[in-house]
Amino acid sequence: MKKLLNTFNFKERNTTYLHPFYVLVAKEIADHIRSWRFIVLLLLILLTCLGSLYTSISNISKAIEKANDPDSGFLFLKLFTLSDGSLPPFHVFVGFLGPLLGISLGFDAINSEQNAGTLSRVMAQPIHRDYLLNAKFVGALVVISTLFFALGFLVMGAGIIIIGIPPSPTEFLRIIFFIILSILYVAFWLNLSILLSVRFQQAATSALTAIAVWLFFTVFYQIIINVVAKAMMPTETANPYEVMSYQKLIMGLLRLVPSQLFSDATTTLLMPSIRSLGPLTMEQMYGAIPSPLPLKESLIIVWPQLTGLIAATVLCFALSYYSFMRKEIKSR
Amino acid sequence: MKEHIIELKGLTKRYGALTAVDHLDLNIHKSEIYGLLGPNGAGKSTTIRMMLGLTEPSDGTVRVCGIDSTTHPIEVKRRVGYLPDNVGFYDNRTGLENLVFIARLNRTTELEARQRAKELLSRVGLADAATKKTGAYSRGMRQRLGLADVLIKKPEVIILDEPTLGIDPSGVRDFLQLIVQLSREEGLTVLLSSHHLHQVQQVCDRVGIFVGGKLLANGDIPTLAKQLFTGDAFTVEAGVQFSQSDLDEKSLLQEKLQRIEGVSSVVVNGKRLYIGCSYDITPVIARTIIDANINLTHLSKKEYGLDDIYQRYFEGDTVYEKIA
Repeated sequence: MKKLLNTFNFKERNTTYLHPFYVLVAKEIADHIRSWRFIVLLLLILLTCLGSLYTSISNISKAIEKANDPDSGFLFLKLFTLSDGSLPPFHVFVGFLGPLLGISLGFDAINSEQNAGTLSRVMAQPIHRDYLLNAKFVGALVVISTLFFALGFLVMGAGIIIIGIPPSPTEFLRIIFFIILSILYVAFWLNLSILLSVRFQQAATSALTAIAVWLFFTVFYQIIINVVAKAMMPTETANPYEVMSYQKLIMGLLRLVPSQLFSDATTTLLMPSIRSLGPLTMEQMYGAIPSPLPLKESLIIVWPQLTGLIAATVLCFALSYYSFMRKEIKSR
Repeated sequence: MKEHIIELKGLTKRYGALTAVDHLDLNIHKSEIYGLLGPNGAGKSTTIRMMLGLTEPSDGTVRVCGIDSTTHPIEVKRRVGYLPDNVGFYDNRTGLENLVFIARLNRTTELEARQRAKELLSRVGLADAATKKTGAYSRGMRQRLGLADVLIKKPEVIILDEPTLGIDPSGVRDFLQLIVQLSREEGLTVLLSSHHLHQVQQVCDRVGIFVGGKLLANGDIPTLAKQLFTGDAFTVEAGVQFSQSDLDEKSLLQEKLQRIEGVSSVVVNGKRLYIGCSYDITPVIARTIIDANINLTHLSKKEYGLDDIYQRYFEGDTVYEKIA
């Protein structure tokens, strides 16, 4: 094995050097996979993944028996979405644990280096200042991507072995898009926590703030929206347009939250029968046959969600980039 | 004319209303050891950070190896090794790994980085601890690892910010000797900042005194003394025994001494005489006292060290005001 690795490194070892940016990325990846916190999270995610796989497989026979299910053609996708209520399905778990993973990989990115006195040492080397920040992001992203692809493929492999049906090409593509979406979602939380790590001196402060933001968005925001929705509820005599605009407003408010964007997008991707994420009028429903949408149509439905997630990620990154470049590097 | 490797011109750094560095002009020659001496908060670290382009100056220019640090920090950092005060290492990595990481950030191949790291570790006396995690290193070991870390990029200039802070006295001596030895071997220019005068005095060719963002004096230690104590670079202290309460004898001697060429002041304080002179005339003073038939109990020559210079600047506020 070592010999094999050496042959891969041969060129680099003897003739050329590795670009400093990749040296930094390699160090970040090594740091993550050696750290206890990542191992603990990995175990947690593996366990929940196994649990949800178990519930979906034990319920899959009942799902086949349902006659009028428009998603019945996509048996394989049910591995990711099916649940009997005792344990949430896989995609809900990812939506729940993903932020935690992103936060834990980023919350001490910059401030721990600052507090350990290594930041000024690294910054005294002939590298551009943004290399460090970019390497922090890329390193964590590589780790997350590897993890999610491995997990997704493991679930698929286990599914093929246990239920004995291989996924169709569209199912496979839908799963790939689902994995990419999950990575994107985690990347948002990663960037948010990197931003906080640039802003706050203490790692504990930035971790707690990130968790507070996450809790606010997953728990309290919905409660607040419910209160607002009740207060603004149109009367029974209101005309359909008023009801319609009220619905749109509430949905719009809910979709300010990244977790809502993620769950909207994943359910659409994994349940091909979902044809709209907003309210549908009777005219629109009239004559529609409850059949699954092709992948392209599903992607068009989730396009705004996808763009929103990317925008939020880019915004966080831009802010942390700006404040890191302006930051004065002091020793400890 | 010696070659200037570091040139600061009118360098200024303001933090809001506070001026940390105030119109600093300083030239450092090639292959000399220069000590930047000043109390905490004098602006030494800020100046050093501006030399490396880690902080932008509010005004003025910094040129290191002929390159502007503010506009081309990368080029400067390729040539300058910097040891920050309170340097940190990745505690869960070994000393060797820490060095190899820095070497590879300086664009060396892994093989070369390893070789050079091992060589440097044995030169700073850490060969045995190379595979230990740096978390387990003692303060002195960390500082020596820091020196290896600075040298691994083969710099032309090394800048050490408070390198002796927190090391015990014998460790300090060894560490400073190591710096001198390594810099002489490689022909390096060394800039070190400190507030420990004795250490600076031991190793530096030239010293700059830095207070409140201003360079008050600059030069080797005798020059510095001459610059600061104009007129009386030497003070001779003489212990004498006058015969019983003879005031005439006292004033007569004072007059005689005053007439000697080079003597600028004579102060009588009980049984002691303090004679300020511009050059060393101790023998003449001794002869004059004996010729005057007065018992001489002791005679000592007082030379100014950095201690006195320090006292004069950092503690005697009034004197400082007068000179500044």
